[in-house]
Amino acid sequence: MTLRYARRYAPLVTMPITVPAYGKEAAGRLASMADVTADDGALRRFLHGLPGVDAVGLQARAATLGTRSIKTTAKAYAIDLAISMIDLTTLEGADTPGKVRALCAKGVSPDPTDRTAPKVAAICVYPDMVATAKEALNGSGIHVASVATAFPAGRAALPVKLADTRDAVAAGADEIDMVIDRGAFLSGRYMSVFEEIKKVKEACARPDGSAAHLKVIFETGELQTYDNVRRVSWLAMLAGADFIKTSTGKVAVNATPPVTLLMLEAVRDFHAATGVQVGVKPAGGIRTTKDAIKYLVMVNETLGEPWLTADWFRFGASSLLNDLLMQRQKLSTGRYSGPDYVTVD
Amino acid sequence: MSDRLSVLKTYKLYVGGKFPRSESGRVYEVTDAKGNWLANAPLSSRKDARDAVVAARKAFGGWSGATAYNRGQVLYRVAEMLEGRRDQFVSEVADAEGLSKSKAAAQVDAAIDRWVWYAGWSDKVAQIAGSANPVAGPYFNLSAPEPTGVVAVLAPQESSFLGLVSVIAPAVVTGNTAVVVTSEGAPLPALSLAEVLATSDVPGGVVNILSGRTAELAPPLAAHQDVNAIDLAGADAELAKSLETAAADNLKRVLRPGRVDWTADPGTDRLLAFLETKTVWHPMGV
Repeated sequence: MTLRYARRYAPLVTMPITVPAYGKEAAGRLASMADVTADDGALRRFLHGLPGVDAVGLQARAATLGTRSIKTTAKAYAIDLAISMIDLTTLEGADTPGKVRALCAKGVSPDPTDRTAPKVAAICVYPDMVATAKEALNGSGIHVASVATAFPAGRAALPVKLADTRDAVAAGADEIDMVIDRGAFLSGRYMSVFEEIKKVKEACARPDGSAAHLKVIFETGELQTYDNVRRVSWLAMLAGADFIKTSTGKVAVNATPPVTLLMLEAVRDFHAATGVQVGVKPAGGIRTTKDAIKYLVMVNETLGEPWLTADWFRFGASSLLNDLLMQRQKLSTGRYSGPDYVTVD
Repeated sequence: MSDRLSVLKTYKLYVGGKFPRSESGRVYEVTDAKGNWLANAPLSSRKDARDAVVAARKAFGGWSGATAYNRGQVLYRVAEMLEGRRDQFVSEVADAEGLSKSKAAAQVDAAIDRWVWYAGWSDKVAQIAGSANPVAGPYFNLSAPEPTGVVAVLAPQESSFLGLVSVIAPAVVTGNTAVVVTSEGAPLPALSLAEVLATSDVPGGVVNILSGRTAELAPPLAAHQDVNAIDLAGADAELAKSLETAAADNLKRVLRPGRVDWTADPGTDRLLAFLETKTVWHPMGV
């Protein structure tokens, strides 16, 4: 209830100025919510006090937003925007330095036949490949994102996870994608999840005072209920996440429109309550241009234009880029393109 | 007892082994040779054509990789199923082309026979299109025909069933997958053929059947970068010219239209039109 009032009257009373989650001021804003994270009991009461999710309404809303018809110039804009938001990902045991370099080259110039195609936002790799990617992307302005904290299961002791994170940051990662401890979350140990995210965030700091941006992966396919997704979104944002991310891409259920919409709504509510801007990254299972555009519509309708940039919304994907490029070629030439005209990754 | 109301058939497209309606939701009226209404057929859009190409491309690996013997068996099976539905096709062809029952029956019989004839070619075409080449070195030099990929087929406008079979069978028997645009005025036998294909072990996507306006569906198929060849049997001279121009962009193989007597012995022309030759050099043992 407090929240709802806060949202309704916030613009009139407090005029919160938006601050980015990775900025210095964000810590102060989070401190204003310190009472709910003071101890295990308070945090549990807060998370369980969040309003329950209307599952049918959520799915209906997500489905409705998926029916928008985006054509011609709007489609061209959406495709370029989507390309610029991609975290081009390779997270395989079989990754080699050569493969990572090839992926980086593709990220810099996605369509060699058309130099007007925008570059992607980041290349996402395992920590041991960060140095390779960093070198390959030198000067391109594309970020290197690294998964860390015993990705994808997250089943390791905290010191190991922190060392994993520090390694990646030291190797030059601009962004860290951590996984939460789903076991702890599902068994109700919210405080331990909260503390872990805080510690990893500290581990993201660089000696020069700057820090790698932290994305927190929930693995929503393992969280069972929409209520849990709402709770974990708030939990992560309270702990200082710069981005919240749906999934690892390594389990059967990945990003779905309803789950992403729910996280976007959590980000909107969190922003209304604290003024802190947090990003969202759906990952896994987004393969077609049509899907990507549905997500962009959802972002626009839920959070609005400030989030429609690569700084605040990302797609974790690998095969999506090829489909976007084929659609882009279709728009520019009028001919349907085919897989022969994009790279085989 | 009151007279029974007959159940009308909803004709649908055949794409990727499924029977969807047109993405556009459109239909058009199909009439018999005298202008009486027969049924509504889906009026496909270019997006249906695009989806069909995706389905055909997806099916290509499995179908071209199947052994020639296996493909032949699958096509024999189609002929078996056609035989069982003979009466249905006879009445559909009679309506579509304004033929007497006996003439329509002759067309259907010829079509089934032709299907069997082409099925037999599956494991024999390599013998006539391939060769062992003599070369000046210690190598075996072998040329073998391979399917070219996804073939767009514009089915003949007049011969709604015999002509249709005569263009589909040679394209797929060698391992290509096909996107077929039916005769515009007489699509019903083709849409019923889809039901036969769906129940005779032909993998989904190997043959995709679209009904609609040839002049609307053919240009996107001819320009499509992921279509490897196009058979212009159903295009008139003017349309064929523009389609050839569009097809030149990605060097599609084009089979030009001509006056064809579909009842005559077909020969191997259509069979060989959609093949590519792969030549391998293999060191000879000493």
